[in-house]
Amino acid sequence: MSTATAEAGHGHSHDAHGHHDEGFIKKYFWSTDHKIIGFQYMFTGMFMALIGGFTVYAFRMQLAFPGMSVPGFGRVTAHDYNSLVTTHGSVMIFWVAMPVLIAALGNYLIPLMIGCDDMVFPRINRLSYQIFLLSAVVLIASFFVEGGAFGGAWTAYPPLSASAAYNLTPKGAPLWLIAVALEFVAFLLGGINFITTVMNSRAPGMKMFDVPIVVWMIIIASILFMASVGPLVAGAVMLLFDQTVGTGFFDPSRGGDPVLWQHLFWFFGHPEVYVVLLPAMGVVAEIITVFSRKKLFAYKTVLYTAIGTGVLSFFVWAHHQFVAGIDPRMANIFSVTTLLISIPVAEMVFVYIATLYGGSIRLTTPMLWALAFIGEFLIGGVTGIFLGSSGSDIYFHDTYFVIAHFHYTFFPIAFIGSFAAITYWFPKMFGKMMNETWGKVHFWGTIVSFNFIFIPLFFLGARGDHRRIYDYTHFPDLMRSGMQELRVLATLALIVLLAFQVIFLVNFFYSLVKGKKAEQNPWKANTLEWVAASPPPHGNFPELPTVYRGPYEYSHPEARDDYWPQNQPPATA
Amino acid sequence: MSDTAPAAPTAAPAPHGEGHHTNYVKIWGILVVLLVISVLGPMLEIRAVTLITAFGIALVKAYLVAKHFMHISLERKWITYLMVTMLALMLVMVGGVAPDVLKHDGLRWENVAAKESVKKGNEAGEKAAHGGGHGEHGAAPAGEHH
Amino acid sequence: MAFPRPIATTRSVTGIPTGRLAVWWVIASEIVIFGGVLGSYIMHRLGHSDWQYQSANTNTWAGAFNTLVLLTSSLCAVLAHQAAEKKDGPKAARFLMFTVLGGLTFLVVKAFEWTNEIKHGYTLTSNTFWSFYYTAAGLHGFHVLAGMVIMLFVAADARKNRELQRVENIGIYWHFVDVVWIFLFPLLYIAK
Repeated sequence: MSTATAEAGHGHSHDAHGHHDEGFIKKYFWSTDHKIIGFQYMFTGMFMALIGGFTVYAFRMQLAFPGMSVPGFGRVTAHDYNSLVTTHGSVMIFWVAMPVLIAALGNYLIPLMIGCDDMVFPRINRLSYQIFLLSAVVLIASFFVEGGAFGGAWTAYPPLSASAAYNLTPKGAPLWLIAVALEFVAFLLGGINFITTVMNSRAPGMKMFDVPIVVWMIIIASILFMASVGPLVAGAVMLLFDQTVGTGFFDPSRGGDPVLWQHLFWFFGHPEVYVVLLPAMGVVAEIITVFSRKKLFAYKTVLYTAIGTGVLSFFVWAHHQFVAGIDPRMANIFSVTTLLISIPVAEMVFVYIATLYGGSIRLTTPMLWALAFIGEFLIGGVTGIFLGSSGSDIYFHDTYFVIAHFHYTFFPIAFIGSFAAITYWFPKMFGKMMNETWGKVHFWGTIVSFNFIFIPLFFLGARGDHRRIYDYTHFPDLMRSGMQELRVLATLALIVLLAFQVIFLVNFFYSLVKGKKAEQNPWKANTLEWVAASPPPHGNFPELPTVYRGPYEYSHPEARDDYWPQNQPPATA
Repeated sequence: MSDTAPAAPTAAPAPHGEGHHTNYVKIWGILVVLLVISVLGPMLEIRAVTLITAFGIALVKAYLVAKHFMHISLERKWITYLMVTMLALMLVMVGGVAPDVLKHDGLRWENVAAKESVKKGNEAGEKAAHGGGHGEHGAAPAGEHH
Repeated sequence: MAFPRPIATTRSVTGIPTGRLAVWWVIASEIVIFGGVLGSYIMHRLGHSDWQYQSANTNTWAGAFNTLVLLTSSLCAVLAHQAAEKKDGPKAARFLMFTVLGGLTFLVVKAFEWTNEIKHGYTLTSNTFWSFYYTAAGLHGFHVLAGMVIMLFVAADARKNRELQRVENIGIYWHFVDVVWIFLFPLLYIAK
């Protein structure tokens, strides 16, 4: 089943692909190889991140310098502003965080980390990506239709989203909804593939508690996604009918209810936060154990807290709706559950810190990203407590405090987590090392500018700065001394952050072609993907591995080195 | 390769199958009888009986199909738990949503539009039912609100 | 088959064949999709006493006949599974074709029923009860159609005694679609 590792040398370098006998198209666009599909997801996600980044640049410029002609975009009208904000939100969640963290990492890592040669349904896997690609194409197409991209915010609350008379995007709205629905189908197919692969195709000897945490996290996330998305799929069909054929599912005067959509959306939307958080947490677990050369402090605790987070995440959704007119008695219940969910997440963070304690820490680029994830996500989590309590949320709701809060959770998840993963697994993915110096420059530039964007927004939000406003000059209350300056500061920091991403892209593609050749196991890690060649050939392993121990046996007294690969047979007694 | 070879081939004997003889036609017969009862139940025009014959029988039918046709009871236990968990999640959803959507008023709030819509629908329905001349299809146009 | 199967597909750590395991997960995800529609419908139904005047116009006999059709097609699907277990591919394929025929009958009855209702003015947009009626039954009908198409492929393979394990897998899915209808029937037709 596996071809010789000779192929590995030129497998993925871009100048060599033309000579491959499979043909470029067949190899990179019609492949059923889980690694190629992982790359497809990753590169699509990276491309979509450029769109997400460009839209935020355009509307932040409008907020900082109202009415100016934004270089590269032109004047941002109120109509454009709605489309830009909606596109930014939906792209970053559905077409960046989801594909990169779940689909790309899941596809690439699962078969390698559990020691088999591919997914159990390789063709369904390919179909999953193709549907995802179609969803991205539909979304991008919606930018160019009459009325432009959907302008009803990424949460798509009716009646704003249901009626073109309100959102002014008659074509963009249904296209957006179709794109999101297709994307859900893609991830349902992918998720079922992940779950069955890990359940049924683990390497001989790999028991439940020998599975690396990141794989566990992707599986738990896939189950969460699958269990929560159903009502929203149903809701999407209903909203699509409201938009296109004129039903009244969400119109109270015709027997519908707009609050129902909010419930259906957030019943999915809140577990979704953990759908993307958990894989990022898993990536961090892999990286901090490797770079502190220490066993993960409490493997089972991490697992149980992840499951606990997942279960609790189904009981918190209405904290997004405290001011939507939900019954105050329900708001009490949801406040309590929301505060409860911080316990397992905090416990996970404590476990990671305990893993670091006394370790022999190596501050490589992936390790810096992993440490930054813990710190920055902590800020996001702690500020969530103010929003999770219905009393204080009534003040903070719909202010920039909310925006700052969820960017302190989603930026670490979607970007810090992804950068950690990409810099860590780059040697395995492409057989080349990334440049450490430029990696660190990119790290510091990104982290510092990130904080300069969102700390001002916390202050603005606490002063009552309302979100969803296109031009603050019309609101004297929101133009009090210093407020516009904070907006300008955040926007300038954003431009710096975007500029630093150029360094990452250059480093990424330069290393891809001209980087130092990577060894098979450059980080001296235990998990099975490092047993395969870098990059792994089709079929992954020359001989499918057998597993003898858990994934985090670093600095074990019985081992010869300070690491002990999972597949290394124990010394014969 | 031999030691890493697959533990079990795809066509491995399932935990169920051989030696298992359910009379499927008999189960089908029971299902059809239940169906007849559920159709006849409402003809008594007693609300409680209708509810029991409609939904109680639906539960029994679903149980019979799941047990004897889907063979869920011969499957690993956790599959049943998984299905029950998914159903329970739907109860959680309905439980969390119903206070806002099912009910049209609550502590210091009232859904005026929904109440208005119910009132209008009821008035139109009663008029169609008692006004005569319309026949049984008279209610539909009255329910329209474009 | 030309497609090279990865070793991964031949492993079965849980003891449940991979295909069947996946079908159970598909059903798990479908439960929440239908749960979303039906949960929303039930809440609205209980909150709108005026819908009784709309639901009075659904055709119980058509619904009951379709229930009978689906129950019978489920019987054929499980008999196909029984034949497949005895390695009798052609017989399994025959039973699967009967199941497909059942699905087809179901859809044809639905088509007549809907045509009649639309003629009387009960359309997707005339009232939110009817919106739910068409959306829920339509979503279910879409699953019937999808099941029929997959079943044709499975039957074509089974006739040549290939991939017989799929007969059971598609059967489990079909029974699930049947179970959904078992609940749709009282919700849309009996509870007037």
